Amino acid sequence: MAVGQNVLRKEGVEKLTGAARYVDDIALDHMLYGKTIRSRIARGRIKAITFDSSFDWSRVVVADWRDIPGANFVALIENDQPLLAESLIRHHDEAVLLIAAESKSAVEAAARHDHIDYDEWLPVLTIDEALAANEVLYPPDNVFKRFLIGRGDVDEGFAHADLIIEGEYRVPHQEQLYIEPQGMIAIPGDQTLTVMGSMQCPYYIHKALKQLFNLSDEQAIEIQTTTGGGFGGKEEYPSMIAAHAALLARKAQRPVKLIYDRAEDIAATTKRHPGIIRHRTGVTRDGRLTASEIDIVMDGGAYVTLTPVVLSRGAIHALGPYRCDHVRITARAVATNTPPNGAFRGFGAPQVTFAYEMQMEKIAAALGIEPLELRRINMLREGDVTATGQRLEWSVGASDVLEAAVEASRYTEKCAAVHAFNQRMKDSLQSAHSPVDNKRRGVGLSFFFHGAGFTGSGEARMKAKAGVEITAAGGARILTGSTEIGQGTQTIFCQIVADELSLAVDQVEIEEADTSKVPDSGPTVASRTTMVVGRVVQLAARAAQEKLTQFVAERFGAAEAALIKGRFMAGDIWLANFDEMAREYIAQHGALVAYAQYASPPGIAWDDETYSGDAYPVYSWGAEVAEVEVDMDTCEVIVTHITTAQDIGRAINPLLAAGQIEGGTLQAVGYGLLEELVWDKGRVVNNRLTNYIIPTALDAPEMQTIIVEKAYPHGPYGAKGVGELPMDGGAPAIAAAVFNATGAFASEIPITPERLQAALEEK
Amino acid sequence: MRIAFKINGSEREVDAPPMQRALDVLREALRLTGTKEGCGEGECGACSIIVDGEVVNACLIPICQLQNVSIITVEGLARDGRFDPLQQAFLETGGAQCGICTPGMLIAARALLDVNSRPTRDEIKEAIAGNLCRCTGYVKIIDAIEQAAKLKG
Repeated sequence: MAVGQNVLRKEGVEKLTGAARYVDDIALDHMLYGKTIRSRIARGRIKAITFDSSFDWSRVVVADWRDIPGANFVALIENDQPLLAESLIRHHDEAVLLIAAESKSAVEAAARHDHIDYDEWLPVLTIDEALAANEVLYPPDNVFKRFLIGRGDVDEGFAHADLIIEGEYRVPHQEQLYIEPQGMIAIPGDQTLTVMGSMQCPYYIHKALKQLFNLSDEQAIEIQTTTGGGFGGKEEYPSMIAAHAALLARKAQRPVKLIYDRAEDIAATTKRHPGIIRHRTGVTRDGRLTASEIDIVMDGGAYVTLTPVVLSRGAIHALGPYRCDHVRITARAVATNTPPNGAFRGFGAPQVTFAYEMQMEKIAAALGIEPLELRRINMLREGDVTATGQRLEWSVGASDVLEAAVEASRYTEKCAAVHAFNQRMKDSLQSAHSPVDNKRRGVGLSFFFHGAGFTGSGEARMKAKAGVEITAAGGARILTGSTEIGQGTQTIFCQIVADELSLAVDQVEIEEADTSKVPDSGPTVASRTTMVVGRVVQLAARAAQEKLTQFVAERFGAAEAALIKGRFMAGDIWLANFDEMAREYIAQHGALVAYAQYASPPGIAWDDETYSGDAYPVYSWGAEVAEVEVDMDTCEVIVTHITTAQDIGRAINPLLAAGQIEGGTLQAVGYGLLEELVWDKGRVVNNRLTNYIIPTALDAPEMQTIIVEKAYPHGPYGAKGVGELPMDGGAPAIAAAVFNATGAFASEIPITPERLQAALEEK
Repeated sequence: MRIAFKINGSEREVDAPPMQRALDVLREALRLTGTKEGCGEGECGACSIIVDGEVVNACLIPICQLQNVSIITVEGLARDGRFDPLQQAFLETGGAQCGICTPGMLIAARALLDVNSRPTRDEIKEAIAGNLCRCTGYVKIIDAIEQAAKLKG
């Protein structure tokens, strides 16, 4: 069996020798270098664009919105975002013009010789300003989207409460900060338009280019190059860059490479939605939740893009993995004059997870109940019902992950140890000999869940497709639009197919993610690749095998045949080997390929009208224990250790799964402690790696990762989603640990020294 | 300006403007694209190369400073078709995910092991503190470097 083994990364050797080709590593003959000219205001109207007559423009290609053959929008949910601004400017760094020239230096020189004059209007820059609606960006009230989730009767729930606890939580923007900046190369052909580059979702780009350039499915070709990280940042935005490069390439009739530098990438591309989340919770003295009212507002930025789906996931996860019979969740996303916020690992869930877990901390403190006990009392268990009315029927690892994390971290002992340490620190402060370091230590817990796959009816509508081809050499080739972005898609899919066809993993290969060669498996997002597309790949392998088995049975006149360990058998009789039969089939009938399509598990039902039902076919579960040390003089927080237990169903490749968990956990450390965008009139001020701080190896805590495997009956070999779950629980666990260490309650992240100092003073 | 140096064991000479970034000369003139650009200002370490035993960011040094030096890039780590122990360890421990920081990480780790064959975890963290990774949480990178050190010892 390959499944369950730590099979080495399929594309590992190329990545370790420098041979892997990322988009910027590719140079084509006659290629031009492109650049995007962007707005320098957040809101207004373009008055005039002028080009210095002293500059030689003869060797520069210039394109604007009038060069677009189709309608001027990037296809997504509402199609409201133009590819290039025509007159209105809705955010700083919005694309206005495109230029291309023979070299990077030539295009930079040209960029300094054009000027855009504006009528500048008053921008709407924050959630509060958007809700006030003094300026209307999105009629009638600046609200892009609303959701209401209701269950039971909250008034009745509050009537049964002994205590009502209120909290308001604020979460910031976060930059994905893949280390490979965004980039594309477009190649114009006689009949075709090809783009290659760094992307998660070739078929998103396919849809956008077809529309913008009036192309058929065959004419628009999108190819993924080795991609240096995505984290959601390369979900929707690459459509914009691909189309920009394509517009220039069509006009120049030459290939055009368009690579963002870091400053442009941070300033212009999407980020995690900031939000304000308010909780009002009714509880009994013994710690049971009787009612929960939650209000979420997210900042969508200047265009709708993916905001409704991010908001939806946030709303559905807002109560957390807890039982409560009376729930009312309202969610809104508003328009502002800031760059559109978009997909980022977790997709609305990290925001609400911080809020609901800090609310649990607040409740625990108010009731004098140990935070761990409060979770045990209220956690969802098998057979329980979620906020959307979904009864949890299978693969509920809630209690398993919580108890595993508590035990592995020695949570209870640690709590006692840090209490004793802090007491010693306080005592010694009062004695004659003050300690050199005035430190406090704390332990904090978080408990969380994440729905895997698209929300609601998304997967049923998407009908993800994938294929498996059996080759003449007796191996297999996987045909899928799911991309490898570092998370291990290629390796995991090969493991699944190897086991289905009794092959060695190195006999299985993956076709390159090229829309002219592979079907649409849906985007590589939403923790859906292993669980959903992996399942489709498994079914396609079975279908291909079935085709060959039937052929073998007919050829030998057997009533039925079966593939057992590489041999076709009729009962005890050995008919033939797999590879010889594959060769024979292909010689007679041509390619041996079968496709499969995703179908939702039986009994899954979701109602988009009432926003109720089975929001996801299954959930992954996580629990995290963070240990921190706080310097009381500098208010600096160091995370010393994290223990995390995550139920992801069967781990197809435990090593790669642990890599996902560790990496996501550190991104969450960044979210909780370090990462903050600074804005000035709608412009990102700290759009560089010198001042947008992500964790380095020195900021990374030691981690203990425990994988809990509660098999999901409808996932491949029992697998669920893993990609996003690790991003959810880090920030609240750290904030809880800081609360435990210092008594300062952080209702806003990141917990910078400035913010912690303010919280300590408030205490 | 003509600049001669030894790179990955071979003598090379390039003709380039003296202030051109070493990174561009490596990637464009010599087509050694294993050295990556992540920020262009010496923060991410994706362009780390070894120059006379020291790790430097190729995006920060002009090519004229490389006259008569000896350079190692990621392409020079494997010898005679055999992986450097670091490459093997990164593969086995899962130290590479998206792979964009990997060349720089390997270079920083190589320079460390060349002067300290048995580093502690803290020394490893210090040595790669100038190399940003957004995928791994650094756990498996540190594991890989530890494992490579043990293999060699």
